[in-house]
Amino acid sequence: MKEMTEPTFYDRVVDLTPGGEKLSLCLQCGTCGGSCPSGPDMDHTPRALFAMIKAGLDDDVLSSNTPWYCVSCYTCTTRCPQQIPITDIMYTLKEMAIQAGRYEHPHAAKFSETFIGLVEQRGRSFEIGLATRYHLFHHPQQMVKLGLMGMNMMRHNRLVLRPKSIREVDQLQAILAEAKALSAKESHV
Amino acid sequence: MTAKSYAYYPGCSLQHHNAAYAVSTEAVARALGFELAEIDDWNCCGATEYFSVNRLPAYSLVARNLARAADSGATEIVVPCSACFLNLHKTDKHMKLYPELGKKVNTALAAGHLHYEPGTIQVRHLLEMFVNDIGLEKLKERARRPLYGLKLAAYYGCLVARPDAVFDSTEQPTAMDHLIEALGATAAPFALKTFCCGGHMTQISESTALEMLHKIVENAAEGGADAIVTLCPMCQLNLDVYQGYANKLFETDYEMPILFFTQAIGLALGLSPKELGFGQEFVDAMSVVRKIGEVPPPRAKPERRSKQALPMPVMPE
Repeated sequence: MKEMTEPTFYDRVVDLTPGGEKLSLCLQCGTCGGSCPSGPDMDHTPRALFAMIKAGLDDDVLSSNTPWYCVSCYTCTTRCPQQIPITDIMYTLKEMAIQAGRYEHPHAAKFSETFIGLVEQRGRSFEIGLATRYHLFHHPQQMVKLGLMGMNMMRHNRLVLRPKSIREVDQLQAILAEAKALSAKESHV
Repeated sequence: MTAKSYAYYPGCSLQHHNAAYAVSTEAVARALGFELAEIDDWNCCGATEYFSVNRLPAYSLVARNLARAADSGATEIVVPCSACFLNLHKTDKHMKLYPELGKKVNTALAAGHLHYEPGTIQVRHLLEMFVNDIGLEKLKERARRPLYGLKLAAYYGCLVARPDAVFDSTEQPTAMDHLIEALGATAAPFALKTFCCGGHMTQISESTALEMLHKIVENAAEGGADAIVTLCPMCQLNLDVYQGYANKLFETDYEMPILFFTQAIGLALGLSPKELGFGQEFVDAMSVVRKIGEVPPPRAKPERRSKQALPMPVMPE
């Protein structure tokens, strides 16, 4: 009889990804890495990363820059002969890396988190708020360049200065709070 | 006869940095006699950010829109932005495909007194609506000012073509090419029509993004395109606003205007550039308008075989 054991790193990746069980079918063919437009900038191609997940190299996987260079274009996902939801696995790895405080590409995580924070606050995204908060805190040396870009955007009438809000922000926030509570339970299972 | 009305999810980009897409979409809708009714109190879809950081809240954020649309009695929603289209479509599909996930999303929605039954709403991209509901024949008929002499590169980017080939091929979509031809223009050969524009990479690793969008502009120019036509506000923003930076980095001098397909339709319908939101683009697009010819260009004669060429093999009868 099989003994009940702690879920492995591999199990957790599979559990947290809708359709993640297909990861077991990886052929190591490399179609994903070959198709990836930002592949050259990645530490490991998705194929290599999957082999590392199976080998239980948790630390190396979570500190790889690979998921952070994923541009969400889904080319790998549509081309994968085994129909592994590769993009969604990259999302899972980002989520796990943030939770473990183990990400090598802090900019990308901070960008996402800043974006989300603004959406949670008003229900709509807001570019000026995003650009100033994200760049001011994370690369202030870029502010001059950013300012020039902002002025150019303004000149072309492409910046809205006042953030828009949805009417029922309370409803949205109640939904998100509940989803976060469920999510916290999920990752402790 | 009452005009057909569609439930409409404009998305944040169309209200902010890409009003030209919103303005041209509404102008063309008016001209063709259909209505776009905004979903009441819709919220942001989370773009590519939310799903990559916190999955369940991301699905719930998107599902609020689906639930509100369903409550209003809609059975389909039309979406102009590729990222919004993907997120809405993916949430509906995943809630159905993974019932456990669907249940959790509905538990979250219940905190806001909402519920969504997956499959209730059909999520449609604006391009597909034009091609399948309005139809190319009707657009051809209504084109008072066909785009004669223009060569346009149809750029699909990622999220309409992938991950689900909802209405076209993932590798070689052609819907927008046919649309361009129906408007009287020529579709330019364009191998990178589904290559990624870089998405949010301009903010995270600019050199990665600039290399990607440089390839796209270069490829369209090689195909002889006068402009790139796109169906996504993010693609337009990256290719247009960052084209100058890419030129600097790669020492090129491309000036490739980036239009929305709704602007191309509007021009062909005889609407003025102003009504279609021209003027917001960084790379001047009026050059495209000035280039529209009065008559169709003469058809290129097929080249004759050279007399010195080797004889062609003949199949036996």
